[in-house]
Order: sequence, then C-alpha cells, then structure tokens
Amino acid sequence: MTWLLPLPVAIPLLAAALVAAGDHVTPRIVQNAIAVLAPAAATGFSFWIMLETQHGLLIHWYGGWHPIGNLAIGIGFVGDSLGAGMAVLSCTLVTLALVYSLTYMRESSRLFDVLMLVFCGAMAGFSLTGDLFNMFVWFELMGVAAYALAGFKVEELGPLQGAVNFAITNTAGAYLILMGIGLLYARTGALNFAQIGHFLATHPSDRLVVVAFTLVLIGFLVKAAIVPFHWWLADAHAAAPAPVCVLFSGAMVELGLFAIARIYWTVFSGGLHAHQGDVRSLLVWIGVVTALVGAVMCFLQRHLKRLLAFSTIAHSGTMLVGIGLLGAKGLAGTANLILSHGFLKAGLFLAAGIVLLRLRDIDELRLHGAGRNLRWERALWFAAAIGLIGFPYVGVFVGHSLVDEEASGQGFAWVPPLLLVAEAVSAGAILRAGARVFLGWGPKRDPLLSWEPEESPPERSASVPLLLAVTTVTVAIGLVMSVIPGLQVRIENGAERFVDRSAYAARVLHAKSTPAPPHLPFAIEVAKPESWAYGIGAAVLAFAFAAAGLWYRRLPELVLGGIVRGLGPPVRALRAAHSGIIGDYLLWLTIGATVVGGAWAFSLR
Amino acid sequence: MNFLAYGVAGWICIVGLYGAIVSKNLIHLALCLTVIQSSTYVLLLSVGYRHHGTAPIYKGIRLGTNTVDPIVQSLALTDIVISVTVIALILALALDVHKKLGTADPDEVVELQG
Repeated sequence: MTWLLPLPVAIPLLAAALVAAGDHVTPRIVQNAIAVLAPAAATGFSFWIMLETQHGLLIHWYGGWHPIGNLAIGIGFVGDSLGAGMAVLSCTLVTLALVYSLTYMRESSRLFDVLMLVFCGAMAGFSLTGDLFNMFVWFELMGVAAYALAGFKVEELGPLQGAVNFAITNTAGAYLILMGIGLLYARTGALNFAQIGHFLATHPSDRLVVVAFTLVLIGFLVKAAIVPFHWWLADAHAAAPAPVCVLFSGAMVELGLFAIARIYWTVFSGGLHAHQGDVRSLLVWIGVVTALVGAVMCFLQRHLKRLLAFSTIAHSGTMLVGIGLLGAKGLAGTANLILSHGFLKAGLFLAAGIVLLRLRDIDELRLHGAGRNLRWERALWFAAAIGLIGFPYVGVFVGHSLVDEEASGQGFAWVPPLLLVAEAVSAGAILRAGARVFLGWGPKRDPLLSWEPEESPPERSASVPLLLAVTTVTVAIGLVMSVIPGLQVRIENGAERFVDRSAYAARVLHAKSTPAPPHLPFAIEVAKPESWAYGIGAAVLAFAFAAAGLWYRRLPELVLGGIVRGLGPPVRALRAAHSGIIGDYLLWLTIGATVVGGAWAFSLR
Repeated sequence: MNFLAYGVAGWICIVGLYGAIVSKNLIHLALCLTVIQSSTYVLLLSVGYRHHGTAPIYKGIRLGTNTVDPIVQSLALTDIVISVTVIALILALALDVHKKLGTADPDEVVELQG
C-alpha cells in the first residue's frame, strides 16, 4: 500500500502543470474538470491512506532507498493517522474552494486554479513527509503559492499590502527554519526525522540543540500566526479572495502547528526530555496570550473577513495550547479542533464571499440590515458561529473539552477559563457581526470598530445556488465533527501513536512492525459534566458578548466609563501595534525570537 | 572546529534583518531578504566544510579521498531555487506597489490596520 503515499502530492501537481500548459488551448470545461477532479482524487487517496494508517505507519522510500542500520539514505514519506488527516482536510478544503471558485472566480485567469492546485500538492506533501529538509521545501512551495494567491487582485492596494507583508514575514521565518535545519544537520548528520530524533535521544543535548529547536519553532510559529508573529495573517486574509481565505484559515495556519507537533515529537522529544516542563510552560503561555489577543482584536473589527481572520488567530492559540501541553489527549483535542474549526471557518469565509457578491460590500457597519433578505446565508452564518463556540456536541466541542481536560490534568487549571473567555469573545464578535448584517440589530455607527476601506466585489455573474450549496456542505461537515461515531477514539489513538518517538523511529529506520492496535468502537463518547459546564458557559458568554457589542452604549454611564478607563489604554496600544507596516512586523519577529531565546538561556542550561 | 564561519553567518543574518526592519524601499527590502538568505548558505557550507577536502565529484578520484559534504551543497542549491521564486514574487509585488502609489516605500503600503 506504500504506493499510495505519493499520490495526494503528485496528482494535484501534475494537474497544475496540465492546466497551466493548456491555458487558452484546451476548452474551459476540460480545464475546470481537471481543476476539480484532481484535488477530489487527492482527497480520496488521502482518506484511503488515513484508513490504512489505522494499522500502523505507512512508509514510502523514494527511489527504493531504504535505510541501512540507523542511516536513512533516501527521502521518505511517512503516513500516520494525524498527518494523513491533515492531508485529507487540506485536500477537501481545496476541492470545496475550487468548486466554489468555478463560478466565484470565473472571470479570473486559469492561473488561479494552477496556484490552488500547487498549494494543494504542497500541503499534502507537508503533511506526509518524514524528512526535515523535504518538509522545508513543501513549506516554501506552499508559501510561494499562498503569497501569489493572497495578492491575486494586484490592482488594489489591500491585496498588495497583504501579499507583501505575508511574503516577507513568512520568508524571514523560513530562513530561520533553514538555519535550524543546518544546525541540526551539523550536529547529527541527518535530515530524516526518525534518525535525528534517534541521535538526539542517545547523545547528551547542549545549547546547539536548543538553538536549533528555537529557530525551527519560531519559523513555524510565524506560519501558525502565534503572537507576536501573527501580524501578517489579518492583512493577508482581509485582502485575499474568499476561497483563498478558506485554505489560509482552514489548513495552512494549522499546518504550521502540525509541523511544531511533528518536529517536537519525532525529533526533539528524546533530546529535550529533561526540559519538557519549560517547553510546555512556554508553549502554553504564548498559546493563551495568542487566544486572548486574537479574541480582543476580533471583537474590534468591522471588516468581516478581517474579523474572521482574528478569530482564526484566537483559535490557533487554543490549538497551540493543546499541542504545547505535550500530552496525547491535548494533541487529540487540537486535532479534533483543527478539523471542526477548519470546516466551520471555511464556511464562514465562503458565506462572507457570498455577502460580498450579493451586497457589494464586506463592512459590518455599512451593511447594517442589508442582509435581511439573505435567509439562507443568515442561517449558515449563525450555524457556523454557534459551531465555533463549543456548545455541547456541536462543532468544536470535543476538541475543546479534550484540551481543557489535558490542561487540568497537567496542573494548568487556570488555562481552561481563559480559553473559554477567548472563545466566547471571538464567537461573540462573529454573532454580533451576523446580527448587524443579517438582522439589522444594534446601531449603525460604532466608534469602537476600526475604519475599513472598501473592497471591490467579485463578478455578478456568479451562480449563487452553487455557492450556497458548497457553503452548506462545508458548514455541515464542521458542525457534525463532534458527533461522528468513533472519530474521537480514533483521533485519541492516533495521537497516542503520534507521541511515541521510539516506536516511530523503530518503524521508519528498522521497518519494525508495531503490534496491531485494539479494535476501536464506533461510538460517540459521553461528555464529562465539566465539559458540559464549559460548553454551556461559553455559549452564554458568547451571546452576552455579542449583545454587549451591539448595545454597549445602553449600559449605565458609570459602568461604561469604568470599562473605557480600564480597558481603553491597553486596547488602544494593542490596536496601534497592528500597524500594517512590514518593518514593525519584522521587529516583532526579532523581539519574539530574542525573548524565546532568552527564556531558554535562563531555563534550559 | 572553526567558529569564525558560524559567527559570520550569524552576523550576516542580523545585518540583513536590521536592513529589512529599517528599509524604506521594497526593492531594498527584498535584497535584505537575500542577505539573510546568504547567511544560511554560509552556515550550510561551513557545516559541510572539511579541511583539505576536495569537491565531492567521485569520478576519477581515489577511494577514501577526503571530500566536502555534498548534502549541504544540494540543500543550498535547492534553497537558491526556492528563494529566487520568492524574491521574484516580492519584486513583482514591489513593481505593482510602485505602479499604484508612485513609491516603493513599505510604510506607505498601508490600507488595513488596527
């Protein structure tokens, strides 16, 4: 079955070449068919890989260069359940986005499809690779396609700003990763995850390993939009076309987090075992800060796509907490969260795209009440927003409760309440925007929200029923993620195998087969009482924040004044920090890297 | 073990990053990125350097001859290819910015903020 592994990468890349070569030559319908069928086939094969990996890792050595002794000579793809799951998510979202674009981006050139297909292949390769440098190459390929897609409408200033900031910060991050790879290679003479991990686990670690870890970590944190490396995300999302935002928010950011988990568990977990506690505290702290910063900034936006972008940052922080707790349960929570959030956020971006198409604007205040007649769009928007709250058995619920359980179990009892607040604030902002646009609630003016420029809408010729159908499918998949029978137990099992470094190394380097996993039931896990409490609490808070966002000026003068005096200065400072200037972003990148490095210098001696 | 090359790599990286932070021109900024990028080459090549090693071309040399590490060279080559693409894209965006605004100052390319 190892021949399956290259297919999710090869099919989209070949299709991209085919579409690019046939531009203006082959009929439009053939081009469209290739552009939709290729990612659909990649989805199918990734799903097949995911099913196969239930029985153990799937390994493909390119050119038949099998490892000898402890030496991995060739480059291999190593499919495991979570990695294959990331490939399934990425390819599914690309398929949905391309079907949506059939009509939404009809007037644009076919090069749009080509870039999307390259993006798809790169994401699949990134999820399945077992080699550090290979991962870097997929990272860069993914980046190049993404920068070009972010700036697709180059005739406007917003997309230019988004693409420039995105490209420059991520390129700087990529160079940090490459340096880290260079240092690791210098120390271990290896590029294969399993081989580096084996070397580090069997030799004493020193500062060089810590520096390499820091460089690689920061590079991927930039991609994962973690504070203080998150600035590019909002600029890129606000300006990119809706189907592109789907991939950015739903898959690309999460792949940055996936890379951190992958590299920590296969490469560093043995060598840095003694410093596990410090790594855990750092990742959990920046995760919580990211969740809160993203949520507050989300609440201050009126540009719908930018609002959703900051909500992605908030969720990315929660996901990092799940990974950073360095436990299988937290990792399973993050994996579940990535799936449900990916589809729900994708659905919201697609709905925002329809709003832009039909109402010719994307600004919450200018659209006040304009969406009263868009019944279906309204239902989708609110359904997806509620899915993101984490109400029991809806959307992100299971992911959140697993992360919360792990946090409480590890002695981070203060984390779940803060994540709950972040969740509620960002979901509240989405609900508030929906209430204003689709119901016409609340005032037409709000000095709290940032000023936003207009965005040129897409072609009017788009077929709205098709767009609505794609959006409905996307939202529906996201909503049921917590009640798919057997999914939770499979993800937990996959996460347990994901964090087992020695079993991974034995399988990759020595082709040792692992004992067959137990037969897993197809059942829906019963939620714990505290998870119920968190879910309902988050829902109540989210609606309260939404109402507060709409009608906060009806609060008594005394209360309002107190809030303004207390929260005004920090919020103003936070907003001023999101200056949109690339030099500032790079400065933050440097400061963040220095702070992380400095923290290590004190704690990891 | 020669630390000089590592120090040089670190220095080039910091210089490039400083240039990128204070840059007032997008083309200059793109070049600063290539400066950061060249620091990774210095690092990679010094990692693979062997004293008295010859080029890793195995045709026509005796078995057991000391050569430098070919893997880091192929890493550097691969990265040159990738980075050329990225830099070309950033330069193209810089041209579009100049067409639109009449300036390539990155501080002027601000439509969305806050």
